[in-house]
Amino acid sequence: MDIFLQQVINGLVQGSLYALVALGYTMVYGIIELVNFAHGEVVMVGAMVGLSVIERLAARGDTGWGVIAIGVLVAIPSCMALGLGIERVAYRPLRKAPRLAPLISAIGVSIALQQLAALIWGRNYLHYPDVLSNPQFHIGGAVITQVQLVILATTGILMLLTWLIVQKTALGRAMRASAQNPSVAGLMGVNVDRIIALTFLMGSGLAAVAGVLVGTYYGVGNHTMGFMLGLKAFTAAVLGGIGSLNGAMLGGLLLGVIENLGAGYLGSVTNGTIGSNYSDVLAFIMLIAVLVFRPSGLMGERGSEKV
Amino acid sequence: MPRQLIPIVLSLITLGLVSCGKTSAPNSAATGEMTVLIGASNPMTGPQAHLGKDNENGTRLAIEDANALGMTIGGKKVKFELVSEDDAADPKTGTIVAQKFVDQKVSGVIGHLNSGTTIPASRIYSEAGIPQISPSATNPKYTHQGFKTAFRVIPNDTQQGGELGRYVASKIGAKTAAVMDDTTQYGQGLANQFEEAAKAAGVMILTHEHTDDKATDFQAILTNIKAKKPDIIFYGGMDAQSGPMMKQIRSLGIPAKFITGDGGCSTEFLSLAGTSGEGAYCSLPGMPIEKMPKGEDFKKRFNAKYGEIQDYAPYCYDAVMVMIDAMKRADSALPAKYLPELAKSNFDGVTAHISFDDNGDLKGGVITVYQLRSGKWVALETLGAKP
Repeated sequence: MDIFLQQVINGLVQGSLYALVALGYTMVYGIIELVNFAHGEVVMVGAMVGLSVIERLAARGDTGWGVIAIGVLVAIPSCMALGLGIERVAYRPLRKAPRLAPLISAIGVSIALQQLAALIWGRNYLHYPDVLSNPQFHIGGAVITQVQLVILATTGILMLLTWLIVQKTALGRAMRASAQNPSVAGLMGVNVDRIIALTFLMGSGLAAVAGVLVGTYYGVGNHTMGFMLGLKAFTAAVLGGIGSLNGAMLGGLLLGVIENLGAGYLGSVTNGTIGSNYSDVLAFIMLIAVLVFRPSGLMGERGSEKV
Repeated sequence: MPRQLIPIVLSLITLGLVSCGKTSAPNSAATGEMTVLIGASNPMTGPQAHLGKDNENGTRLAIEDANALGMTIGGKKVKFELVSEDDAADPKTGTIVAQKFVDQKVSGVIGHLNSGTTIPASRIYSEAGIPQISPSATNPKYTHQGFKTAFRVIPNDTQQGGELGRYVASKIGAKTAAVMDDTTQYGQGLANQFEEAAKAAGVMILTHEHTDDKATDFQAILTNIKAKKPDIIFYGGMDAQSGPMMKQIRSLGIPAKFITGDGGCSTEFLSLAGTSGEGAYCSLPGMPIEKMPKGEDFKKRFNAKYGEIQDYAPYCYDAVMVMIDAMKRADSALPAKYLPELAKSNFDGVTAHISFDDNGDLKGGVITVYQLRSGKWVALETLGAKP
């Protein structure tokens, strides 16, 4: 039982990171129907900028959560600027182009950012400085670390905040309107270009936080780290129903838990014939199963409000 | 054509001819100088890029040294030229690179870094008759396919895994072990050899789990392992995984000891694992660099030029030198001419005395076990037959 609990805890932590990144995918998709494949790279840049800042501070002998917080505070505006830049340079000129064009330019941006990061930070795996003592807490035989608790709390607060902005503010109403019908929203006085830019801004800000948290959690930063994370987060967004905020959150958490339980129990259930390395396969089988029965994802409804 | 353009066009044509000539080696230009192309294939992108760069640097240093000697082969002055390619540690890309080398008519290949890329590429080199020396591929299969062109200057995993399995039982005193690998030809091969030897030495293997060579989250697998309470955890794979894995082992509160093969025996592991790495064991084929015949000198010169050695740079250096030595004895850089000489190599390298058995494996290789003590890899013991 304690093992089961441990797997669920690990899954929830991993899943909440997926969810945070998935929000960025789903918001952008909701508003311009573009799968922003460069989003994973924005997360990576957030992690690397955070790493540089934290490294500087750690070299001076500073420790504790304050250092991580400063890292996050520097990473957020950097990623926001980057997200805004990507939208301006790679997507806005292609807004009226066929759907495939911005998709290809998204892949291009993703590769360019990876190589740029390799030039700036090198190709080595960089070590996230140990600035936390990271005490462990025991719940019913399972271990949860302080970092895990902070990740759960931070992602929880950010998801709530995002939901409140989109559902309860005038800005959110404008976002939802632009998602439903950009031209009508424009006629109603909504500056659609500005709203799209703001969506990228929000998504990139969340990505920055996710990046620093991922780096702190696993202790590694590298120019390729955004790729797999982005892919998983995108999967989570599709699982939950791409375009739906609640769906991204649910999809992320679910994917994290499925992966961990899969890795934990596949081996013992099948008596070793299918090992823990098949946990990704299991996750994608679940995704296919969900899409067969609910093509628009768990929370997505066709024609409903996106974003 | 306007008159003033003619010299430009003419010079362009000559330039084109010269650069065409460069790609077909061995090539004799009008000056009596010959350019010999040596291919090097390593992952220059992706999680193992740091090891790839290290290999490339080792290879480059050897080629620069050889050029500085000003050798003549077949009566012509030779200039060796490095053609470095990125195989991304990906088997498919590795074969594309191999085909490219064959098309460029390189005289020999140093590489690839990984067993997973070396093995499929070796067939292509064998068919083209191009000698290949891997500085770091340790999977036994590489030299056991019956290819005359496949060599390595590093002991293979039958030896490494075997020695480690016995070491865990006799010297560390473990009764139970959990085995993990990254499902690559290298990682899984080494893990299987370890498992077999450890079992034979009386260690109970509680579980054998798999991850992949791009993962960073091992908590699910480690949680499983935690429940089984092993004395020691063995990982077959690279430092980019074993470093973070080490951290997660400790943060999950698993008290087991940790041991890994040459893929984790790098300076990178130290920084990635941080303080959690303390007490971890690893092994490297060959002797510690300080104890290598010409290790100190190599280390000094390498550090001055490229910084810290990651892993295999000295082996790359030796691989190039053995190849060039064979060319010198054959007095030819043509693969068909110097290949028989390469097989008969008897060369004092930086890492060891190098001669090959019938398969192309290094004769009398040894492995050294290291332990991480106060932030440094400390050599504990050198195992296996001394050459």
